[in-house]
Amino acid sequence: MILIFLIAILLLGGILAGISARWSTRLPRWISLAAIAVDLVLAASIWAGRSLSVSKAWYDEVDWNWIPNFGIHFHLAVDGLSLLMLTLTFFLGIVAVLCSWTEIREKIGFFHFNLMWVLAGIASVFLAVDLFLFYFAWELMLIPMYFLIVIWGHERRVYAATKFFLFTQCSGLLMLIAILALYFIHHQTTGVYTFEYSELLGTTLGGGAELAIMLGFFVAFAVKLPVVPMHTWLPDAHTEAPTAGSVILAGLLLKTGGYGLLRFVIPLFPRAAHEFTPVALTLGVIGIIYGAVTAFSQTDLKRLVAYTSVSHLGFVLLGIFSWNPLALQGAIMTMICHGLSTGALFVLVGGLQERIHTRDLDRMGGLWTVAPRLSAAALFFSLASLGLPGLGDFVGEFLVLLGSYKVSVALTVLATLGILASTFYALRMMQRAFFGPNTNSWRLPDLTPREGAIITVMILGLLWLGFYPQPVLNTFAPAMDSLQREVQMPSTALRIQP
Amino acid sequence: MNAADTLALLPLLLLAATAIVVMLGIAVKRSHELTAALTLLGLTASFFSIWAAAPVAPRQVTSLLLIDSYALFYLGLIVASAAAVAVLSYRYFANHDGQREELYLLLVLATLGSGVLATSVHFASFLLGLEVLSISLYGMVAYFTGRGEALEAGIKYLILASASAAFLLFGMALIYADTGSMAFSSIRNLSLGGSSLALLLPGIALSVTGIGFKLGVVPFHLWIPDVYEGAPAPVAAFVATTSKTAVVAVLLRFLMPASQQSPAVFFLFSAIAVASMCAGNILALWQNNVKRVLAYSSIAHFGYILVAFLAGTTIAAGAVAFYLVAYTVTILTAFGIVAVLSTSEADAADLEDYHGLFWRRPVLASVFTAVLLSLAGIPATMGFVGKFYILASGANASAWPLILVLVLTSVIGLFYYLRIVVTLFSAEPERQSSMRRIECGSAFILGGLAVLLIWFGVYPAPLLNLIRATIGGLN
Repeated sequence: MILIFLIAILLLGGILAGISARWSTRLPRWISLAAIAVDLVLAASIWAGRSLSVSKAWYDEVDWNWIPNFGIHFHLAVDGLSLLMLTLTFFLGIVAVLCSWTEIREKIGFFHFNLMWVLAGIASVFLAVDLFLFYFAWELMLIPMYFLIVIWGHERRVYAATKFFLFTQCSGLLMLIAILALYFIHHQTTGVYTFEYSELLGTTLGGGAELAIMLGFFVAFAVKLPVVPMHTWLPDAHTEAPTAGSVILAGLLLKTGGYGLLRFVIPLFPRAAHEFTPVALTLGVIGIIYGAVTAFSQTDLKRLVAYTSVSHLGFVLLGIFSWNPLALQGAIMTMICHGLSTGALFVLVGGLQERIHTRDLDRMGGLWTVAPRLSAAALFFSLASLGLPGLGDFVGEFLVLLGSYKVSVALTVLATLGILASTFYALRMMQRAFFGPNTNSWRLPDLTPREGAIITVMILGLLWLGFYPQPVLNTFAPAMDSLQREVQMPSTALRIQP
Repeated sequence: MNAADTLALLPLLLLAATAIVVMLGIAVKRSHELTAALTLLGLTASFFSIWAAAPVAPRQVTSLLLIDSYALFYLGLIVASAAAVAVLSYRYFANHDGQREELYLLLVLATLGSGVLATSVHFASFLLGLEVLSISLYGMVAYFTGRGEALEAGIKYLILASASAAFLLFGMALIYADTGSMAFSSIRNLSLGGSSLALLLPGIALSVTGIGFKLGVVPFHLWIPDVYEGAPAPVAAFVATTSKTAVVAVLLRFLMPASQQSPAVFFLFSAIAVASMCAGNILALWQNNVKRVLAYSSIAHFGYILVAFLAGTTIAAGAVAFYLVAYTVTILTAFGIVAVLSTSEADAADLEDYHGLFWRRPVLASVFTAVLLSLAGIPATMGFVGKFYILASGANASAWPLILVLVLTSVIGLFYYLRIVVTLFSAEPERQSSMRRIECGSAFILGGLAVLLIWFGVYPAPLLNLIRATIGGLN
């Protein structure tokens, strides 16, 4: 039941926040904050109580009949992987509310309504284990996100939001066809109509059909992740979204793509995924290098940060398709740490834009002298982004590279070049924006206590993940074991034959 | 005709009686309130008499009409949507200077024609139903005789509908020449393609012209945008929902078996479906008039319905029925909103009229957003379940090319729905438009439709059960 509460609290909190704007401008913020905090506590309580029920596949689940005519269940379940993603969701949810505290001054009630509902959609995606419910949540989280961009975004918001929506909707519909094909093939072989994840896992598929269905799923997740040829919505959406929108997009929405690959693509279609591995790994490496090189040439600070996401999530794709314990642990670490470090960078860029009303790198410079705390925080997260040892991102990318080395040496070497390139863009960003003379004679207030508090918590989080990532890996371990059991092949089986 | 026949025909008989009573009522006392009330009473009685007719179904009444659960389901949908149109018309025509009462008479007659179509199993009843429907519609479309675009739409509809009826009649004659029977079952029981049936295929092709015209699928769609734009908003809602529902009901009975038996017929409908999905969605991109957008989108939606029709399984019949219910609820809501925003001078059709509506009328704009999302097939609306059902029936029949076209064109469709959503939510315009209160009848209908739209989008099981019980579906 606790899983229902997780989502219901967000949905009801959103409605309440929307209504309360009639009476006060601060009430929606506090209601949202309180609702997400309650969810964070609930998630922590699942985490604390999880060792009590190790024998079961899920720590907790809710399974209701929903549309019996089609064999559709309202089935939510949580394991270590979902739990990590949920915790990240609620944490970044709080960050999103706090970072829009002064940025959003218009239509506050509707803003928080959308914010809460997009979080509820994302939480449902991480919890759904009925494929119909999963698709339902997958599509539903787009609409509040669309409104966040299109109402509170920057100059080209309508273009960016529409592009975002069309990309995800098109790929989502392809996934729906794939889900339906899987559903009917499962019925042909077993005589049972079901969308249940655990029952569909063992479906026997013909080779061609398996590849086609897997591609349907892969495209949907690849657009979200994003994988390079399908990434073009991302820089626009991230740049035009309000700060909270960028934080949620980069921190959470992209992770739903990685989560989908981990949870569905490889366990449901192990053989097709195996055949597809060389392509996926190559796409991952292309993403790493392309993202880093493109980030280097950006003049818009927010766009720069957006392209670094393309690069970092290339590591996630590389890790997932390498499919061995090291690489998978690396992928999950990268997903979480990218959520924190890039989320924090968007908070900082958003705060900077609120102060100087531009994102143009050419108009910045010398900001360290006037806003040392903000600049130092930016330096910290840039270093995290370029993979400085001791910070979380390093652990993730290092583990991915260790894991992918077993699968393909050549691609691992190329991916390492991507880390090198990240040094260039991170340092260039610091150089152009914060160091050098203050030629534009900017005068701006430094971090406020509210911003300082968010940033401090995120810094501590990254340090913790960098020095002692074991709790995360331990939480993930049982889920990873069961995922790997489903695939039922030794990790070396995915090795690419030279 | 014995008692059981009378009972089975009760919904249609009540509709016919309502038409007479309304006519006499107008003759005695010309009153908008009274006429609307009589109409609504008659439609409600007809709707509830379906439960009286259900126990005796299935029953063949003469060789013309078959009252079975399938017919009763569509009859219910037709009468209910007509009742919603009647309520919406009341407010819409309240400020109209001319004579308002005859509209209700035409509305009831058109509903009767639609009901006959849904129950017909014979060319004679098919044609009679179609003509009663069409002739009433000519009057309804051109009801505002003072408005140029309404007259233009009426004339256009008159000419094209007559021509298509002629094609249909010729097609029927050819089929009759070949099979010697006017009952639908004569084509159903024949395996097509035999050399002795050389006239049958041309006959079917010609009757497809007549049906395709009424559905407004490509290439018979030319009247759709002009009629939707020119007709008063409640009448456009009627043209879009009730009349098309009736024609789909007759199409399924008439040609669904043939489309499975004959590759030529299958190909014909596939071409129509693909052309409708593409043309409807692409042409809508250039429209700035909400009624025209709805017109082009309806072309696309009937393309989607044809995809399920082509799948030809029992799931497909259920998918068509569900999609029609979803489409009817959605479109009635859409035109209902257009109607309540319209003034007595002009319909609120221009996209500009909807600029920033959310900040002025949050509830109305939220409902309109739900309508647009339903048309686009986004989850938590009936449109999504309908689209899911159609995709499921297509996937079940392995009609991959058709459902791929459906998916790709509906992404194009998403674009123009989003454009309207953006308009609804954009910043408030400078000019202050008059804020009129929505009269309670329209508010009740719109609220009820909106609740249905979301309720059956989130929890469609009751409706799916009903459709399975009456039409047959999955499992």
